[in-house]
Amino acid sequence: MADSLLPAEFADLEPYAADWCLATETERYGKRLATSMQDIQAFYDAVVSRAEAAIAHCDRFPLDAMPEDALNLLHLLYSMINVSFCVEAWGQQRVPDTGAAMLDCLIEPVP
Amino acid sequence: MARWPKPAEGSWTEHYPEIGTGLISFEDSVSPEFYELEREAIFRRAWLNVGRVEQLPRKGSYFTKEVRVARTSVVVVRDGGGGVRAFFNVCRHRGNKLVWDEFPGEETSGFCRQFTCKYHGWRYGLDGALNFVQQEGEFFDLDKEDFGLVPVHCEVWAGFIFVNLAREPEQSLHDFLGPMVTALDGYPFDKMTEWYVFRADNRSNWKIFADAFQEYYHVPALHPQQVPIEVRTPGSGFECAHFQLDGPHRVVSTGGARRWTLPPEYMYPIERATRSGLVGPWESPEIGEPPPGLNPGRIDPWGIDNFQIFPNLEILIYRGWYLLYRYWPTSHNTHHFEAMLCFQPATTVQERVEHEVAAVVFKEFALQDAGMLTGTQTALESGVLDRFPLNDQEVLVRHFHKVVADWVADYQKNHAEV
Ligand code: FES
Ligand SMILES: [Fe+2]
Repeated sequence: MADSLLPAEFADLEPYAADWCLATETERYGKRLATSMQDIQAFYDAVVSRAEAAIAHCDRFPLDAMPEDALNLLHLLYSMINVSFCVEAWGQQRVPDTGAAMLDCLIEPVP
Repeated sequence: MARWPKPAEGSWTEHYPEIGTGLISFEDSVSPEFYELEREAIFRRAWLNVGRVEQLPRKGSYFTKEVRVARTSVVVVRDGGGGVRAFFNVCRHRGNKLVWDEFPGEETSGFCRQFTCKYHGWRYGLDGALNFVQQEGEFFDLDKEDFGLVPVHCEVWAGFIFVNLAREPEQSLHDFLGPMVTALDGYPFDKMTEWYVFRADNRSNWKIFADAFQEYYHVPALHPQQVPIEVRTPGSGFECAHFQLDGPHRVVSTGGARRWTLPPEYMYPIERATRSGLVGPWESPEIGEPPPGLNPGRIDPWGIDNFQIFPNLEILIYRGWYLLYRYWPTSHNTHHFEAMLCFQPATTVQERVEHEVAAVVFKEFALQDAGMLTGTQTALESGVLDRFPLNDQEVLVRHFHKVVADWVADYQKNHAEV
């Protein structure tokens, strides 16, 4: 296993990589529900300020031929997007008043 | 406070006098008896959208659709000539379910050269013909010609595959869809092949959930977070720009300044960082001249069109992408919900991220609707109230329940005569 999951210039995000480089919406949403708001906030803060740089980095490669580390970075971005409303709007992991509701993602684009 | 002109009659509702302005009942959404009527009167009579042609990319591609409200399963297949056909998913030998994997109640899809029954191995061609019978000589006067799969009426409009479970449909698909919907002909749905598909099993009548997606009156109260708190105006309403009815179908268009043209504080940070959000990507690749059916009220600036195609299909057309919902009843107070977000395939990571943001934000707010409607259903079922007022912004809710009632009444009338 490589020492680092992310491209070198994103070494500052490495502490979040093992937990949040998740390939599917189902994994990301599950991780969101299972993480404390304190940890979500820290993760969000760390990644959101690097979002534009991360997109620019990934966009150096064709979508269907991204190197492993760039793909991990993209999945990390997706996770940040997934938790963004927890931080920016809801103030909690779950959408308020949706105790009984679910919405499962069956098909999604890859990557 | 009216920002958009209303018809000469003074309201959208009165523009269509047949739908009335009185209180309405939601008995149609809580009654098991009414649900029994809907099975025959609606779901075995209307054209039902079961999928898109992109789900059948080549000869032998197939998918199954469980239509529980009609107590049936349909297999849809791309035949040897490249056409789309549908059959009841039942083997002619002893009635086994023909196409399924692992769980007979679950939908499946795939590719095959022929359909083989799991039970005794009878085989059917992509055209439904019975091609092989194990130990055929043991049967008595069995003519394979007479034992092909039972066809289901199947027609395609704009790449949307519809089936009709009636023995003889009362109308062709084109006539059923009518001029308002078919005026969308030519819209490049076929270019929007990057899909997110979501599903949910919701604890409400199918119409109760559809109601929440055919009016925007609820947006300020249920979804105040669609506007960041710093710029939220308490007490502000939501007014749609255009409503139109055509036969059993409906459309509502929104209008007004596009979200991303507003000052930055009207967007969430994630929206500004990714140039996407509540209403999707700020920019999508050009799709050329729109068909006349798009933005039928010629609203400027136009927001989205929300087409409600009877009985259980909804297509929301955004700028360069669309969103599709289907509501499949599973009992009088439950339904299976399907949602698809369909984008033009991303060619860059930036575009992919825009789509991802749109899908994530869609889920946040759709969950808000879904979270609430179990409450609507249980409260309606308490039977405390039986008449409810609807305002002009809820004109499509009024029309929907009227059409459902009309179809049921029509069926009962014809049935009584027979
Ligand atoms: S039931 Fe299908 S082969 Fe017997
Ligand atoms: Fe809603």
